[in-house]
This record gives sequence, structure tokens and C-alpha cells, in this order.
Amino acid sequence: MVNLALAWAEAYQKEHPDTQISVTGGGSGTGIAALINGTVSIANASRAIKSEEADKALANGIQPVEFVVARDAIAVIVNPHNPIDQLTLQQISDIYSGKINNWSELGGEDRPIVRLSRETNSGTHVYFLETVLRLGHKENKTLFSMDTLLLPSSEGITAEVKDNPNAIGYDGLGYIIPEVKVLAVAVDPAGPFVMPSAITVNDGSYPVSRDLYMYTNGQPGGALKAYLDWIIQPEAQAIVTQLGFVPVIGAIQ
Amino acid sequence: MKEQAPLPERIITRGIQAAGYSSILFVLLILYFLISEGAPAVFEVPLKDLLTVRWYPIEAYFGILPLLLGSLIVTLGAALIAIPAGVGTAVFISEVAPGWMKEILKPLVEVLAGFPSVMLGFLGILIVSPGLRQALRLPTGLTALTGSLLLAGIAIPTIVSIAEDALNNVPRAYREASWAVGATRWQTIWGVTLPAARSGVLMAVILGVGRSIGETMAVMMVTGNAPVMPLKWNALFSPIRTMTATIASEMGEVATGSTHYHVLFLIGIILFLISLAVNITATMIVFRRPKRSERILS
Repeated sequence: MVNLALAWAEAYQKEHPDTQISVTGGGSGTGIAALINGTVSIANASRAIKSEEADKALANGIQPVEFVVARDAIAVIVNPHNPIDQLTLQQISDIYSGKINNWSELGGEDRPIVRLSRETNSGTHVYFLETVLRLGHKENKTLFSMDTLLLPSSEGITAEVKDNPNAIGYDGLGYIIPEVKVLAVAVDPAGPFVMPSAITVNDGSYPVSRDLYMYTNGQPGGALKAYLDWIIQPEAQAIVTQLGFVPVIGAIQ
Repeated sequence: MKEQAPLPERIITRGIQAAGYSSILFVLLILYFLISEGAPAVFEVPLKDLLTVRWYPIEAYFGILPLLLGSLIVTLGAALIAIPAGVGTAVFISEVAPGWMKEILKPLVEVLAGFPSVMLGFLGILIVSPGLRQALRLPTGLTALTGSLLLAGIAIPTIVSIAEDALNNVPRAYREASWAVGATRWQTIWGVTLPAARSGVLMAVILGVGRSIGETMAVMMVTGNAPVMPLKWNALFSPIRTMTATIASEMGEVATGSTHYHVLFLIGIILFLISLAVNITATMIVFRRPKRSERILS
């Protein structure tokens, strides 16, 4: 999310040379801790604030106010010739952890499964590991199967999925090209199986998605308010799409 | 009294001296930097953990064996393709091809040598990898063999260019003497010209293969980067992960001073030692004292 915050800050400062915004990375916990300590005006976080963090903030005289500034969704993709249209989270987890090795085990053709993933340094990789492979359970220590291909770029993944009928891959919804087939995903084997789109991500029905937040101390005013108002404008949300995230629709907060 | 050289000349001499010494200084500085950043890894990760087969650094699995073997198998594959093809092409250009063809081929090879490897990587993703998958019916075309083919493509122009120069430098009298005793053209190439140009051809092979050990970009794009131990018979046809690709893709995001950071530098030290060993071997072969018979001949 640091890339998004940096891109916003850069674009905003170009338009408003009198406003200075400095952005530091380090993870959601770092940002929220800095807000609690009163050292930053805005904390960016790719998860909601925890109740113990909120308590700590109040004890420190800080009132965290939440803004949803963008959304992040991961699409699971296969080759257009693959007859599979939908999978459950459990099935995707079993594919990537190496329990399922042939498409025929899922009702597809008799082909070996080639697993594609982003490199371990990508935020998408970590989010996919936690949300899909480990199904959101903290104590779950499932790892990617050793023969998972780790590709350095989104293009690498889409190029291989486009050509290779054995492949399965995943990537941020904004990076998906029309030449690959996006799978519908369900939490429950009984359904509903949901296709990822700006609408299903925004109404929360697509399971592999999350909100991206900004937190301020109390209702923002002055330059801070101007910045947060600018962020939900179409122009700032266009940056969201460029970076492979999903823009928020309609009014927020 | 000894006459002093004029001032400009002394400045130039000193300048050239400084340039020469600075290259030694830079190598020592790089070595120092590598060791100071990489050595802590040995204390932070027990050796028995480093020598395991699982590389998943974000969960503190630091087994470097699959990376080491991955690099070795790709480079070995590349050498097996590039040495015969490169030396063969050099022999063809120098000994067999007619003059006009030589005039075209030599510059073409030199252009190939300057081809950026990232472009080769794109060719690999778009053409070589799908082609291999269909031709050999593999699950995926992103394999060690694809990497070897691209690396061979990078090494061959270097090998051809230097080996051809070496063959060209063999005096014409050697060949004429060989023809005069009734040797065929093939016997002359195999028995006289190639052995006479041996040290140059060997240098060409080592520089070419050396380039492929350190090559990163093209390999990272086509080998699939899966840290699997390449032990089964089909290892060449499966994805692997090399040391260079690991450093390149992970160094950008790693926290400075963390264990992962130190282990990446340790991998750098291993790469450094491998290329040092290759270079020392090369120097020893090229500069070994010629045998008596060879001295008389030349």
C-alpha cells in the first residue's frame, strides 16, 4: 500500500505545491503505532484497526477516524481452454499447497497443474498466502508447494497463463488482461461463486478482497481534509486502478 | 645525473599507474563489503539450516542448496550447448567459410554479443518457452533448459568472437605444412589449427561461460524461479531457481541488516568464489609452461 500512498502524495504535491506530504513504509502495524504515538497525521493501513490498538489510542488521547480509500482484490486466473470455471477457497489452497496436482481431481482435463505465484517480496504474495492458502487462520502454517513458480512480474504470470493450459495463477484485479480466464470463487462449496469485479469487491461479496484504510486523529480539518477529499475524487482513484487496486465507488465513511 | 622525464609524461605515467592500482582496490573493497554484509549470516543461521532444501525466506527457511544446484544445472546446460556450437561456428568462420561470407558473419556475431539480455528474456518468454512446452510436451516451458538455451545464446557470440580471433592468429604456415604432408582440411583443423590456438579458444570458452554464470535478467524471466532441488532425471526439464535470480528479485524489498539480507549477501559471496575459481583455473591452464615439443614447434 506504500506505493499507492507515495503515488497519491506525489500527484497531490504536483497540484498543490504549498502542501508537503512525506510518506514512510514499514507495514500497517508501524503506521497505526505511529498514529497512536501522535507522530503522524495519517496512518495508512491495509487492515482495519484492532480493538486493542483503538483502546491504546484513546488512552493516549487520540481518536482514530477511519477512511476507506481504495480496495484490493486478487483474481485467480487460468487458461481460456481450461474447462474449470469456479473453485472454492479450500480447493485453491489445496492446489497451491501441493495436495491437488492434476486438473482431473477438480473435474477438469487430465493435465498436471502448474502453479504460478508472484515473488515472495510482493505484498500480493503475502496476502494470498494469508487469505487463501491459510484461509485467514493465524495458526495455520501451510506453505506454498516447493514447485510453485515464482515470477517476478504480473506480465510473466499473465503471459504464461495465456499460453499454458496447465497453469493457474493469481494477481491483483487491476492487472488482469482479457486473454486469461478469471475464476469465480466461493468460501463455501455450496456457493455462491462470485466473479471479482469493481461491484462485487465494493459490496464485499468477493472473498479474496480487502479494504485499504487511512486513519486520522479526530475528524480532519484544513489541509488534511482537503487531501482526504481529493483522494476519493475520480482523478486520485484513477491512480488506484493504475497500481492494480480497485477504486472505491460512491461516498465513503 | 639521471635525466628526468618531462612533466606531462610523468603525470600520464602516474595516472595510468593509479588506474591500474584502483582496479585492485575496487576488487578488494567489493570483497570486504561482501564479507562484512554476508558473514553475519553464518552466525545467524546455523549451517545445518543453510544446507537444507527449502528456500522460503519470509518464513525464515534459508536452505540455499536448491539455489546452488539450480545455478549449476543451468550453467552446465548452457556450457554443453554453447561450447560445441560456439567453437564450431568459430572454426567455420575462420577455416571453412569463403571470404565474402566471413565478412558478413563476423560483424553479425559481434552485434549479437551486444544484444541486451532482457530482450533475450522476452524472446524466451514469447517464443522459446511455449515452443519447448509444445515440442517436448512439458507441463510448463519455464524450465532450466529454457534458461540454458538463453544463456547459451548469450555465451555463444562471446565464444565465437574470441575463438575466431585466436584461430585467425595461427600462422598460415602451420596449415600449409599440414596440407603439404597430405592431411585433409578436417584433419588440419582438428589436429593442427585448433591445438595451436588452444589457449585462445579456452579463454573464449571461459569468458563465455563466465558471462552466463553471472547472467541474471534472462534467467529470472524464463526459469520459473521455483526453488526445487534438481535431483530427478527430469531436472533439466523442470523449473529451478538460480542464485542470481534470487538476489535480484529479493534484494530490493529486504530489510537492511535482517537475517534474510545477510543470507542474500552470503549467496553473493558464494557466486564470487565460484567465478574466482573459474578464473583461477582458466589462468592456470592458459599460462601453464608449454611442453618442450610445443616450444620447439612455435
